[in-house]
Amino acid sequence: MKILVCITHVPDTTSKISFTDNNTKFDSSGVQYIIGPYDDYALARAVELKESNGATVTVLNVGTSETEPTIRKALAIGADDAIRVDAFPENGHFVAEQIAHIAKENNYDLILMGRESIDYNGGAVHGMVGEMLGLPSLSPVMTLDIEGNTAKMTREIEGGKEYVEADLPFVAGCQEPIAEWKIPNMRGIMTARTKPLNVVEAVDTTEKTELKNYELPPEKGDCKMVDPDNVEELVDLLKNEAKVL
Amino acid sequence: MSSILVFAESTDGKFKKTSREAVSYAAEMGGDVTAVAFGDIEQSELESLGNNGAGKVLHAGDDKLNQGVIQAYATALAQAVEQTGSEIVVMSKSSLGDAIAARLAAKIGAALAGNVVSLPDTSNGFVVKRSIYTNKAFVNVDMKEGKKIIAVKKNAVAIKEDGGSATVESFSPDLGDSDFAVKITKTEKAEGDILLPEADLVVSGGRGLKGPENWDMIEELAGELGAATGCSKPVSDMGWRPHHEHVGQTGVKVAPSLYIAIGISGAIQHLAGVNASKVLVAINKDPEAPFFKAADYGIVGDAFEVVPKLIDAVKASND
Repeated sequence: MKILVCITHVPDTTSKISFTDNNTKFDSSGVQYIIGPYDDYALARAVELKESNGATVTVLNVGTSETEPTIRKALAIGADDAIRVDAFPENGHFVAEQIAHIAKENNYDLILMGRESIDYNGGAVHGMVGEMLGLPSLSPVMTLDIEGNTAKMTREIEGGKEYVEADLPFVAGCQEPIAEWKIPNMRGIMTARTKPLNVVEAVDTTEKTELKNYELPPEKGDCKMVDPDNVEELVDLLKNEAKVL
Repeated sequence: MSSILVFAESTDGKFKKTSREAVSYAAEMGGDVTAVAFGDIEQSELESLGNNGAGKVLHAGDDKLNQGVIQAYATALAQAVEQTGSEIVVMSKSSLGDAIAARLAAKIGAALAGNVVSLPDTSNGFVVKRSIYTNKAFVNVDMKEGKKIIAVKKNAVAIKEDGGSATVESFSPDLGDSDFAVKITKTEKAEGDILLPEADLVVSGGRGLKGPENWDMIEELAGELGAATGCSKPVSDMGWRPHHEHVGQTGVKVAPSLYIAIGISGAIQHLAGVNASKVLVAINKDPEAPFFKAADYGIVGDAFEVVPKLIDAVKASND
């Protein structure tokens, strides 16, 4: 079984977000970058499947050379090799085109990624890739087991879950609790240095959207404090001032 | 503006509140609004989308479309786009909506913008504002392609109600076996009447509650308010509460009118999942808890003393 895991290189979840150049560029100074948390779940499940069912795991990232430490971390976690499409991931459509192009050449049985990236939160790349390849796509996938040529999964729906089955190959957007996050061990870190990381050129796409500028949410006003011995005041404020009760 | 197509998502034969928001958004843009609805839905419910601004509802009532099969819905929507000659498709952001919008965008070659929080600005291009970095920022995006798909963020637009009634037309999309390649074998609904992702009021508990045995008071307060219950990540990680109640950047993102955080310190990841709420209330015994910086109202106090009093106060107010 050949598994492709697509990972994003995103600011750590604790990052304060700010912009430069008249709000047209993300300010990356002091920002730690990580494997997208949802992608990390997808990678962890792929590595588990490799251990239980036998598989090769390739990680794919669309990014500039700055993303290589993140890719190496994925290799340290247990992926066998990596591909970096050498381009800035402009938008979901661009990324999906790159993934679909790589996937067409390599016939993967499973293409896994997170349900969404935590920077742009589009949640669209898995579906676009599925459509571009003519494969089923599923998201958000909470559990995934492979029996023969069939995958048995649960998918989150608003307020519950569905049990679903699909034959391989397919594309899935993953989320917890699909696997336990894996922390690279020393052996993994050492071997990751020698695993193949292939850099390929991006394919041309038609840009469908253009980023104009960023905005930050308005500053929050002061928190109005209520005496713990007078909680009736809170109910009154919520009812008559905030008008939410 | 010519024809705008809206995918109106439903559950158990009823349209979701977010679908009414999507129809209202489309109506606000102007032009003819046609909604598409799938599965077993009664005539009066279909017609009721007229109240939100839809002139027409295309209804594909096939039993096979009672469940949200991503590919089948995307194929059917693509056919509805062609049939109506729509340039713009509006839907609401949801786990199903995201998946369908993505396939539809690739299928019809449309520009896609998700998490949209404003009406398009057409003064120079077609610019929409999207929430990014889990509500920590916004980006303005010009949708350049002829066909456009807009997925509207929950609670970003007011629901329009003008007493109108939509004309309902039967719609028979041409679907093949490959559209049903993913088989849904069973559906399980979480217990409780109020679903967290759609709740208008949310009461959430954190580590300050000290253990799962203390959740009765959270549930009682939620019950009195008619709210859903949520929790912080450590709480779901420790198994005190189920995963689907985990609110935060990597869990459920909520945008209710009121979010009450009890015993939750306010880690940046938790705040990211709740800061689209209209009003935030923090109850915490630590006056330095970061949640107070984000909250609109706060009480510094022990949850075990404050919450029972709050339950009584809400009860008194309800009477």
